[in-house]
Amino acid sequence: MSTVTPTNNTVAPGGAASWVDDRLHASGGLSKLLKKVFPDHWSFMLGEVALYSFIILLLSGTYLTLWFKPSMTEVIYNGSYMPLKGIKMSEAYASTLNISFDVRAGLLMRQIHHWAALFFLAAMSVHLMRVFFTGAFRKPREMNWVIGTVLLTLGILEGFAGYSLPDDLLSGTGLRIAEGIMQAIPLVGTYLAMFLFGGEFPGNDFISRLYSVHILLIPGILLALVTVHLIMVFYQKHTQFPGAGRTESNVVGFRLYPIYMAKAGGFFFIVFGVTTLISALVAINPIWLYGPYTPSQVTAGSQPDWYMGWLDGAVRIMPNLETNILGHTISWNLLVPALVIPGIMFTSLGLYPWIEAFASGDKREHNLLDRPRNAPTRTALGVMAISFYLMLWFSGDNDIIATAFHLSINQITQTLRIAIFVVPPIAYKVTKHFCLGLQRKDRELLLHGYESGEVLRLPHGEFIEIHKPVSLEEKAVLMGKADIAPLPAAPAIDANGVENPAARKEKARTRLSAWFYADNVAAPSAQELAEAESHAVHGSSHEEISAH
Amino acid sequence: MNELTSNELIGSKDGIDVVSGLPVYPLGHHEPRRADLDPKVAKRAERQVATMFGISALSIIGAITCYIVVPNDKLVYIPPIGPVNANHVTVGVLFGLGIFLIGTGAIHWAKKLMPDVEVTEERHTYTSSPEDKAAFGETFREGKQASGFSEFKLIRRTLLGAMALFPLPLLVFLRDLGPMPGTKLRETIWAKDIAIVTDATYRKIRPEDIPVGGLVNAVPANLLDVEEQDGNLNARGKASIILVRIAPAEIVSQQGEGWDYQGILAYSKICTHVGCPISLYQQRTHHLLCPCHQSTFDLADSGNVVFGPAARRMPQLPITVDADGYLVAQSDFHEPIGPSFWERG
Repeated sequence: MSTVTPTNNTVAPGGAASWVDDRLHASGGLSKLLKKVFPDHWSFMLGEVALYSFIILLLSGTYLTLWFKPSMTEVIYNGSYMPLKGIKMSEAYASTLNISFDVRAGLLMRQIHHWAALFFLAAMSVHLMRVFFTGAFRKPREMNWVIGTVLLTLGILEGFAGYSLPDDLLSGTGLRIAEGIMQAIPLVGTYLAMFLFGGEFPGNDFISRLYSVHILLIPGILLALVTVHLIMVFYQKHTQFPGAGRTESNVVGFRLYPIYMAKAGGFFFIVFGVTTLISALVAINPIWLYGPYTPSQVTAGSQPDWYMGWLDGAVRIMPNLETNILGHTISWNLLVPALVIPGIMFTSLGLYPWIEAFASGDKREHNLLDRPRNAPTRTALGVMAISFYLMLWFSGDNDIIATAFHLSINQITQTLRIAIFVVPPIAYKVTKHFCLGLQRKDRELLLHGYESGEVLRLPHGEFIEIHKPVSLEEKAVLMGKADIAPLPAAPAIDANGVENPAARKEKARTRLSAWFYADNVAAPSAQELAEAESHAVHGSSHEEISAH
Repeated sequence: MNELTSNELIGSKDGIDVVSGLPVYPLGHHEPRRADLDPKVAKRAERQVATMFGISALSIIGAITCYIVVPNDKLVYIPPIGPVNANHVTVGVLFGLGIFLIGTGAIHWAKKLMPDVEVTEERHTYTSSPEDKAAFGETFREGKQASGFSEFKLIRRTLLGAMALFPLPLLVFLRDLGPMPGTKLRETIWAKDIAIVTDATYRKIRPEDIPVGGLVNAVPANLLDVEEQDGNLNARGKASIILVRIAPAEIVSQQGEGWDYQGILAYSKICTHVGCPISLYQQRTHHLLCPCHQSTFDLADSGNVVFGPAARRMPQLPITVDADGYLVAQSDFHEPIGPSFWERG
């Protein structure tokens, strides 16, 4: 979007706009761009929050680099924070104290940076849920879904790298755990840890190495991917919810200029403003209370930032399996929760659009979003995944839960070890049940109208509640439901009576398709709707009532 | 398998969306806002927006003023937050407010005064026309033919080979990131007759300094010298220990005969799970709990795992007293301390 000078179709642009156009031939494209239509919905702002948080992170992060010293060289602290005066610590930690206590507005920037990181990951996660539950990842947007998955993964890594840099007692403990997990990798783990840390833990090198990863490598990739992500949204045009006037082949909303620029631009300032206000008022990561890192100390109740909680939780509830084969140790207790499970989670997340397309056989483009109820199996799978994530997350808080509620940590852990297997399937069942119920309700609304609250007493004394047809707007929403029928089974014997070798292969696919779509409640057909309408018209007349 | 085919047509026909087959309903009619009808309301909205922008400007000036004027070492008490740095909180609140009000002003402007009639824009088809696709295929094929990529087998194979090799040096060049593991993970700086000193104060310890049920965090006496020499905390990360004194009758087992001294047991402080230093000790049960992942070890029973994700017992350090009656190590640990690793065995 850059610095666009407004062009106008009726008035020839002058000054700067003309100057740019003379060199870039930009007027045609720019005027199209300015007139571009974006649909309006609150849930479309979640991605915006993520984008704005990312911009805030780049701004506040640049500010922090001016004072932060990514060095593990030991110094004696001599700043203005009295409790740590004269204490030996790394330069990284000392410079973070300096930013927090001696650089004016330094603490504010640190807090903004940390809060924005929490919001960045929260907004990405909720944005991902929005895209998932509304089916926005379907053709033609699968590539953007994959980019989003990579962005989330890198965002988590970036956040972890960031809060590890101050070299305080809490962050050092996080690094110690990360190093322990690296060592558990078969064959190369010991070398990997030795090389990355420049020797044994904690060494002298890791903070400065992590620093270049945190401020250059990952943000560079993030910035590139965010750019592609946005260009694709722009180029493919945003999806929209079904409703009056909305079709697969149009987009209904407001123009980029001036309305979206004002709204989205204003929203950036709101996100930035709220982040700043929270940062001014709510202290987060008070590293001065934790003290400098030393490998011989730890604080009870150590907790990572929220987006690492699930991973820590997985490590916590994993039973203590370790095998020793031919003098080689395989630490299943770390490999499974820290590498295998996250690997499966993120891979299946990235591949989901193809899994669903495989089940549906649907090769059409989708610009109209699904209401979550209208894709019951997908919605149920999503809620199942969320419940799995939450179980891991609670596991990461088992010590906090134990102390807060005076419960036994062992019992909580045991319970969660079972819950991780039991809760997600229940969440699946319940969600699917709800979705199907809501679908039936929608169908009912379309065919019989809504309960108006008006009660009529019939001549023979019976009371009935009058049902009224739903408004056209609502009808448009309820009817905007593209039902998908399960794929039919491939014939086992082809036309010539020869056994079809593909049939066996297709069997699993047919079964998957049935699982996805068989119990879907179809929207009323045009005929059913017409019949219901004529019925409704007669319904209010007298003969119909007396016929009851 | 009868699959739904890709759409080539776009738009709607007879009130049916050509792409989805869904019915198309006309866009609902637009309700004018009060500001559209009443110039007074519009004027008021204009004033509201201007007020927000005005207060924003004042807040930003206020933030700069506070940055200069408010001392950075004064605490103010703000209920319910508590004591906070006066400079931080005044600058932050005014700056945040200034930014926030630009946002609310812009959105208020857009919502009240800018047109709120929804407009419709047609989408373009994503897929290119068959001619374009064919032309692209043709261009690609022509280029391939012109280069002779498929013709010159030798060129193709050597190129692929060269391309596969060229990133390798970039990996190899990472070799000097760190030293080879060697036996580093198997050794600590503990050795025969090295005195055990308290962590943080580095004082030698006599057995009678530790009461039954007591716990002392300790390190080897030579630790500070080694740290000075190495310039890092690596030795501390491996050699930290805890000393506990358990009534001899309550000691079920230990990892070696005579490794205690009158019920004083020395265990590594580094968790065998992922290496957190452990210090939550429950006197009554002799259990040691790691605050990171809650692995629990029974120190009265060879430091065996009783709960949690750790797979191995806490290594015990054999100790005794020297001629002057101070606690010293009998030797280094007899097994690697800390988290598992592939070569550990």
